[in-house]
Amino acid sequence: MNKSVTEIFRSLDYGPAPESPEQAALWLETHKHKFQLFINGKWVKANGKYFASQNPASNKRIARISQATKADVNKAVSAAHKAGPAWRKLSCHQRARYLYALARLVQKHTRTLAVLESMDNGKPIRESRDIDIPLVARHFYYHAGWAQLRDSELAQYQPHGVVGQIIPWNFPMLMLAWKIAPALAAGNTVVLKPAEQTSLTALYFAELCIKAGIPAGVVNIITGAGETGKALVAHPQVDKIAFTGSTEVGKYIRAETAGSGKEITLELGGKSPFIVFADADLDSAVEGIVNAIWFNQGEVCCAGSRLLVEESIATAFYAKLRKRMSKLRVGDPLDKAIDIGALIDATQQARVSYLIAAGIEDGGKMWQPKTRLPKTGCFLPPTLITGVEPASRLAQEEIFGPVLVAMTFRTPSEAVVLANNTRYGLAASIWSENINVALDMAAQVKAGIIWINSTNQFDAACGFGGYRESGYGREGGREGMLAYLTPKAEQRRPALKALVATKLVSLKPLTDSLDRTPKNYVGGKQARADGNACMPVITPAGTLAGEVGLGNRKDIRNAVQAAVKAVGWGSSTAHLRAQIIYFIAENLAIRKTEFSERIQLLTGNSKAKARQEVEQSIESLFTYAGFADKFDGAVHTPPVRDIAIAMNEPLGILGIIAPQTSPLLGLVTLMAAAIAMGNRVVIIPSDIHPLVATDFYQVLETSDVPAGVVNIITGQHFELAQTLAEHEEVNALWYLGKAGGVKAIEQASISNLKQVWSHGERETKWAQLSPRRVLEKATQVKNIWVPYGA
Amino acid sequence: MNSKSNKVVSIGHARNPGMPLDLDEVLRYRINRSAVESRAASLAGRRSVKKQWQAAWLLKAVTCIDLTTLAGDDTDGRVRRLCAKARQPVRPEILQQLGVQRLEVKPGAVCVYHNFIKTAVKALAGTGIPVAAVSTGFPAGLSPLSTRLAEIKASVKAGAEEIDIVIERNLVLTENWTELYRQISKARVACGAAHLKVILGTGELGTLNNVARASMLAMMAGADFIKTSTGKESVNATLPVSLTMIRMIRNYYELTGFKIGYKPAGGIAEAKTAIQYLLLMKEELGNAWVQPELFRFGASSLLTDIERQLEHCASGRYAAYAHQPLV
Repeated sequence: MNKSVTEIFRSLDYGPAPESPEQAALWLETHKHKFQLFINGKWVKANGKYFASQNPASNKRIARISQATKADVNKAVSAAHKAGPAWRKLSCHQRARYLYALARLVQKHTRTLAVLESMDNGKPIRESRDIDIPLVARHFYYHAGWAQLRDSELAQYQPHGVVGQIIPWNFPMLMLAWKIAPALAAGNTVVLKPAEQTSLTALYFAELCIKAGIPAGVVNIITGAGETGKALVAHPQVDKIAFTGSTEVGKYIRAETAGSGKEITLELGGKSPFIVFADADLDSAVEGIVNAIWFNQGEVCCAGSRLLVEESIATAFYAKLRKRMSKLRVGDPLDKAIDIGALIDATQQARVSYLIAAGIEDGGKMWQPKTRLPKTGCFLPPTLITGVEPASRLAQEEIFGPVLVAMTFRTPSEAVVLANNTRYGLAASIWSENINVALDMAAQVKAGIIWINSTNQFDAACGFGGYRESGYGREGGREGMLAYLTPKAEQRRPALKALVATKLVSLKPLTDSLDRTPKNYVGGKQARADGNACMPVITPAGTLAGEVGLGNRKDIRNAVQAAVKAVGWGSSTAHLRAQIIYFIAENLAIRKTEFSERIQLLTGNSKAKARQEVEQSIESLFTYAGFADKFDGAVHTPPVRDIAIAMNEPLGILGIIAPQTSPLLGLVTLMAAAIAMGNRVVIIPSDIHPLVATDFYQVLETSDVPAGVVNIITGQHFELAQTLAEHEEVNALWYLGKAGGVKAIEQASISNLKQVWSHGERETKWAQLSPRRVLEKATQVKNIWVPYGA
Repeated sequence: MNSKSNKVVSIGHARNPGMPLDLDEVLRYRINRSAVESRAASLAGRRSVKKQWQAAWLLKAVTCIDLTTLAGDDTDGRVRRLCAKARQPVRPEILQQLGVQRLEVKPGAVCVYHNFIKTAVKALAGTGIPVAAVSTGFPAGLSPLSTRLAEIKASVKAGAEEIDIVIERNLVLTENWTELYRQISKARVACGAAHLKVILGTGELGTLNNVARASMLAMMAGADFIKTSTGKESVNATLPVSLTMIRMIRNYYELTGFKIGYKPAGGIAEAKTAIQYLLLMKEELGNAWVQPELFRFGASSLLTDIERQLEHCASGRYAAYAHQPLV
């Protein structure tokens, strides 16, 4: 500190540039460094004990935080529940005013919020001041707009009710904003639990809610660790859970809420690739890496943690990168000239250190600059590990620290394969000055967010969220609002009853002509069921209408394999997909009489009703053929010089368990919606009227449907759905089958976190089902950021 | 190399001899404008110098100024006033309060039109401050090459130790690289021992890719410094342009081992901006490039603002413009 001007003139050193913690300290002091829960608009004493919140840069305790117990959680949820009706009754404009007030308040309190955040989390003040908190304010502004426009722009939707929100420690205030702003704008009330390591800004926000006059109970903040979160997830009055955090906890939440009817959105981990082509602006790409992996100490779910460099430039590029790393300054988060602050706690520090050691053990070459680290606190230097192969643990596991692992590729197609060689799919950064290469990569990399020649760009107007095990649901943009809304039409449907096949009354010869053997339909071919067993199809009159194959695990395996091979369907043109679906309609229309007679026989419905089902099925095919090239994405408008494209992409391979009733309409509608968007499907048709489906594959065979795009396996719903739900090549599951199956399916879906859309054990009203809603379930949104500038 | 002048500043690093034109190398680099702008914009938030660090860095900035007057109405009197300021760029009492009276704080050079070289040389006698001259048909650079080369020689003969030349922008815009290389090489020969600063006129080059290419080519042709602008273009020095140019300096250094200097010019009038430039140089290139041997500002009113800030550092009170002796 006592360096003379002359000395500094010669050495050109940096000195300390401390941000004043004064106002934040004052606030902590007014609370005597001890915090209660914020329930129903008031500070409420918790039933549990206090736990310490530490500053990871000094390992000193900053405050004591309340541990909310189950009873406290009940209190908070009940407050949110009670506040719901009045909050929902407000006009859109009134809610918009509240959100606007919150935006203004965050802006006014930026400095204190930023300092608190850095003290509590260890992130550099530059980041909390220039990035986190401004994005928080922006998020509330943006959603004040959605609150205002909800009834005009999203008229067919309504809020869920009470939303339980659980957020992580890496961006405490920003994640709070991402959760609370859209929830309130949509008209929900919330109970939010911040991470136990970082509760302070959420508690500060509680006071901003009081200042904004948010009605009591609309926002409740409860603090605590995992047990508190568990109680929130399990609470029966919580209608939706929104979670950001680890994939492990995400899977727990999915399993725990299975069958409860709770909506969930999960924003989980990542191992996002940062891809550098030889023709990129290499110096800028190096800077991009700094922002990708050394932003927030690498504790970022979408961190560009996996560097893929074109082999021809790898050596030169690594040299540039090492030089840049030497310039990074690690130290006191409250110093304005620090690039890397402290990791969240000693546990995380130890975990990251362990993973670095594992990387070296697996043959990686580790390099760290000779960066001076503070003596106390949870600090780690920026780390580069080159020569990491896909088989190494470090190439697959999320590190969540300042560690970049690097490997090389030879061609764009190899880059795609390497980029997608992960269970995650959150983000990707692509660097090339060739727009053809960059956009081709953007289309092929499986990730929810793609940044071209940029990285870690965030904005409220653009959806954020992942593919695969990075979770589902989007935050930001219109797609983010939809996560907090539910279609009005889907409410109040009667409970679904499971149907069982009629008992066989009399055995008669099956056919008056030649024997028919209905088979499965796999890879464009009729295939005998693996088990060589069949199941009877019995009419309501108790007569045997026929026998279909009794599908088993292996039939599902074969069908999924056929779907895997049909990968080209996803990139075929929407026009082509429409043509094929129209052609299916045409061929179905030719056999209208045959199908209606079959439906009449199997269901016992009147002739008119059976005919109507066929007519509706044809119309449904037209609807989705029409939509194939009309379910457009969007171009978002973030406040930067950027084209941010929100593209609706297919989910991939979709397992469909069709309803027991409406054996043709259900199957056709779901299939048409799925394949119109470019998905490949494995369908389990109605288990009591499967002969409609086995007739239908003949229609498919004559309609130019490419092999493997549609596969049909007849059999028992629960058993086959379970296999599909567990199958890790299946990306999503639609369960509209036999009543009583949802819970098991949702539980089984966690292995690869496939999205499940179900009837929620309620009857499906085909006439009320909005095609757009079905198409939303058939797609995932990929946001591609394309900055431009000649 | 022609070496008539014996008053050349010692530079502490080997002088760039240039290299044969390597077009592959010139055309190899790609500059992404958005990414460059984003880095330039974030830099100011990433580094900060306060208290005595601020004072030291501001003093360093003073030593890096090419105190400049390049106006149509320049007179001997105007040039003499500028030189007087160069002799005493910061008030002695401020230096005393900062405890740096023993530090030699003087600007990098005084920069004038050819006609005023002699006046300046005389006014600066004994200070060791070199005189720089803008030659070669400044600011458009469109007079015949032979005239421009003659002008350089005349300026060197008149006592200029540094020559700022302007390139023909059309040669970049039409990608006539060989001709541009030939012209700069000839200028370098004409300079002899005097240092060659090559003004790219970046505001008229259209794209950062062109800026990068022109930078690399100028260094290959033997530039000692590359400089952004004449100060007469509608857009002068900007941080994104600077970042592009200094990254090319780094690339040239990696390629040849020779250090080239950088001079942003035009529009830099505030102490705060000056600090940002120094930070940019330190972060992208290192301390060697935060010295007058390798970094200069083309400016004049900048000095007054720095002086005010230095007074503030020394006294703790915000200072007035009128209290600083006129540049």
